[in-house]
Amino acid sequence: MKKYKCNICGYVYDPQAGDPSSNIPPGTPFENLPDNWTCPVCGASKEDFSPED
Amino acid sequence: MEAVKIKEGIYWVGAIDWNIRNFHGYSTIRGTTYNTYLVIDEKITLFDTVKHGFEEEMLARIRSVIEPEKIDYLVVNHIEPDHAGGFLHIVKVIKPEKIFLTPNAKAGLLEYFHIQDLPFEEVKTGKEVKIGKRTIKFFETPMIHWPDSMISYLPEEKLLISQDAFGAHYATSGRFDDEVDHCELIQECAKYYANIVLPYSPQVNKLLKTVKEMNLAIDMICPDHGIIWRKNVGEIVGLYERWSSYIADQKVLIVYDTMWKSTEKMAYAILEGVVKEGIAAKLCKLSVSDLTEVMAEVMLSKGIILGSPTLNNGLLPTVAGFTAYMKGLRPRGKIGASFGSYGWSGEAVKILNEVLKDMKAEVVHEGIRCKYSPDKETLERCTELGKTVAKKVKEVLGL
Repeated sequence: MKKYKCNICGYVYDPQAGDPSSNIPPGTPFENLPDNWTCPVCGASKEDFSPED
Repeated sequence: MEAVKIKEGIYWVGAIDWNIRNFHGYSTIRGTTYNTYLVIDEKITLFDTVKHGFEEEMLARIRSVIEPEKIDYLVVNHIEPDHAGGFLHIVKVIKPEKIFLTPNAKAGLLEYFHIQDLPFEEVKTGKEVKIGKRTIKFFETPMIHWPDSMISYLPEEKLLISQDAFGAHYATSGRFDDEVDHCELIQECAKYYANIVLPYSPQVNKLLKTVKEMNLAIDMICPDHGIIWRKNVGEIVGLYERWSSYIADQKVLIVYDTMWKSTEKMAYAILEGVVKEGIAAKLCKLSVSDLTEVMAEVMLSKGIILGSPTLNNGLLPTVAGFTAYMKGLRPRGKIGASFGSYGWSGEAVKILNEVLKDMKAEVVHEGIRCKYSPDKETLERCTELGKTVAKKVKEVLGL
């Protein structure tokens, strides 16, 4: 599962950790995040994320 | 110290920091202001506070209108310490009934001040609060320029309290755009955008589009630094559209540093080439330049040419520091090239080309490396490099 980085603030979504602040359980791949999910740091939308190399 | 009335029942009650010259590394050569605004209505509302140390100046200005204890609401548009450093002190004095802020701002203030809860009321984009005759409409503006940021709009007054957006580090006795030197003002706005707002240009662009679509009537913009816009609202919004779209002027900036003047000789030859093509150019030697000033030039110039000698297999520290700073501010849409002298290994040009690529610049020349010192032929090649960049600038800008 790939990590994704927010192009705006640099937050990294780690699928192994999920996003507890939005009730996203650990093990959720980035692709499976709901469309209305936003960056927990800056509020950017999913489309503002890029896969990490 | 008195308040300045900006509209009927609305006052500027901020503080002027005439003598600050270093604002977290930003060289505030013309000082700055910490603007706060007081609205007298059924619920008396204060927008933002000031940097720690300026609380008494602000309270004195408030007292020229009303007793601070009478303030009902406090709006926190941004939690950075230049605006919220005096937050706790002011809250203690005014004891507000409610403090409006974004969820990110609340979390941030709790972390900054290590405090328990206060009468916080979280607001999200579109939330409206009636304070009497007037309404406050909130818009979250995450990363313009912190996660907590928001702006407040008073539709009945056509007034936008824009937090750091549209601001400038510019201390003046005049409070309005038409009371200060226009040239200085625009210079300071560009410098502010380049050094603070530039990385978040995509957000600024999106926000400007949203505001346009919503057809908000705005006849006054009140930022948290510098002057209040009342005469040139269209001009500053237009400039933000331009800067956030990475539109630059038809000029070329040569940023370099030098050890024994070899790289400097190359820089001058490159400058000659650019100018021969009829494009304005500027040289900035980093050891004697101010990073913040150079960054403003970077934003405004379409062409960026970087030069450094190789020192210990890397860049000269002044160039390394500058390029790290510049990359973080994410300038885009540049046409670039690089150059530099060396003694034996000569990695600097390769590193500078990487910097340009990281900035997503269009690199139009493989770069010029010169061993020890440039001869006539090398200097001619440098002039050609300058011409190549200038020609590309002309081509791209359709000149």
